[in-house]
Amino acid sequence: MKLITAIIKPFKLDDVKTALNAAGITGMTVSEASGFGRQRGHTEVYRGAEYTVDLVPKVRLEVLVDTGDVESVIDTIVKAASTGSIGDGKVWATTVDHIVRVRTGERGVDAI
Amino acid sequence: MNYNSGDTAWIIVAAAMVLLMTPGLAFFYGGMVRGKNVLGMLAQNFVTMGVVSVLWITGVYSLAFSGKGKWIGDFHQFGLNHIWQQGTGFETLTIPPLVFCAFQLMFAIITPALITGATADRLKFGAWTLFSAIWLVVVYAPVAHWVFSPSGWLFKLGALDFAGGTVVHANAGAAALAVILVIGKRKGWPKERMRPHNVPFVLLGTGLLWFGWFGFNAGSALAANTTSAFAFVNTNTATGAALLAWILTEKIRDGHATTLGAASGAVAGLVAITPACGFVSPMGSIAIGFAAGVVCALATGLKTKFGYDDALDVVGVHLIGGILGALTIGLFATKMTNSAGTNGFFYKGGWTLMGHQAVAVLAVVAYSFIATYILAQILDKTIGLRVSEEDESIGLDLSQHAETAYETASYSDGSRFTSSFTKA
Repeated sequence: MKLITAIIKPFKLDDVKTALNAAGITGMTVSEASGFGRQRGHTEVYRGAEYTVDLVPKVRLEVLVDTGDVESVIDTIVKAASTGSIGDGKVWATTVDHIVRVRTGERGVDAI
Repeated sequence: MNYNSGDTAWIIVAAAMVLLMTPGLAFFYGGMVRGKNVLGMLAQNFVTMGVVSVLWITGVYSLAFSGKGKWIGDFHQFGLNHIWQQGTGFETLTIPPLVFCAFQLMFAIITPALITGATADRLKFGAWTLFSAIWLVVVYAPVAHWVFSPSGWLFKLGALDFAGGTVVHANAGAAALAVILVIGKRKGWPKERMRPHNVPFVLLGTGLLWFGWFGFNAGSALAANTTSAFAFVNTNTATGAALLAWILTEKIRDGHATTLGAASGAVAGLVAITPACGFVSPMGSIAIGFAAGVVCALATGLKTKFGYDDALDVVGVHLIGGILGALTIGLFATKMTNSAGTNGFFYKGGWTLMGHQAVAVLAVVAYSFIATYILAQILDKTIGLRVSEEDESIGLDLSQHAETAYETASYSDGSRFTSSFTKA
């Protein structure tokens, strides 16, 4: 079992959600995040004084999948989130040892 | 008593409009500070409304406008005693003296309130409250008397100030400079970034100021007549020109015309046209507004050059803008707008008027700066004007008022804010 975490541009969230739904993914967790990578924030000007804003708003999207689905789900996210410009984000997967569905107590792959 | 009901009704409405400028100013400033200091800013402005409202009626109106003194009024109208008597030199007014008193009260409120923009983020609330009360008596009352009272020495000299370019703006700007030299810079300035936390608030405040300023300037005709109409149109025209000039300056210098720049330009134009609005032609007001937009936009850069922390540019906008407006009267004043005025240089009046304007500017700025500097030093050495370093980093909202403006206020800064109840 894997946890796929994607950091994407906020305005791409709808596209990614739709694409994942179409690919049969039934659940996800989304949270607001901020950070920077090679994009390195942006510059703002107030009354002539320049301010560098490092942290850019992003969306963090998390999906639990069976190990066999990892590649296809990652591909789906990357395809839907891509604009081709700098700051599109990152996607990674980590191994998950245990999953429990709280309502039923199901464990492992059944709980995904 | 030959009171005119039209004049009286207009000045009562104008007074209410001028009152609204102070909450407008509070939002103009409040949007520019960081999110942990916005309530502190609003509170300082609102408490000034309380302090001045009470003191003005109690005695300060009398000190500013009663009697024949050259330097200061007298105690004749303390507690609004004898308020049915029109003040010396105001005999021809067609509004009840009490209406004039109420109108002038609103000017007395916003003048000290203007200072809070320079001192933002670091004054103790109680210290500000006491400062504003003493400053009103020691600085505002005499300066208003010199310029606005027909017995005052600058009025008698022939210096023109229609609605308070010297009394309100140059006065508050000079005082602001004095206080910030006493209390010092905000912690972290200029290295740390201190972005405006809510630019829409700034624009909201600007809108309220612009609206209220019609009462301020057109109301200063103290009648509903042609002069008030000129003041109204000149105010709006100069403000538009200054707005355009400021964003044009920004576009050329920084590459973008900003929202904050549009708001700042509008205020700079309002400031500069204030002393001139009842004396110049609408074409003259375009020139004054445009000059104010460019000059004030450039003047906001002075603080980093000279290292004084004028947090929200009270010196750059109000001191410089007020002086600019007062001096340009010497160029653009015309008797075609106001027969009670004088012709300036461009209307074959020579340099006499400019000389009088320069004397008024110098006298007001020098007195305000020196008296305020002494007052601020005394208060700083006794009760202390500035919050502790810890309170400053927590923010004024929490440290001075035990409140926060936003749920996320703790986000911007490690603060002691917690969401759990500690007391029922």
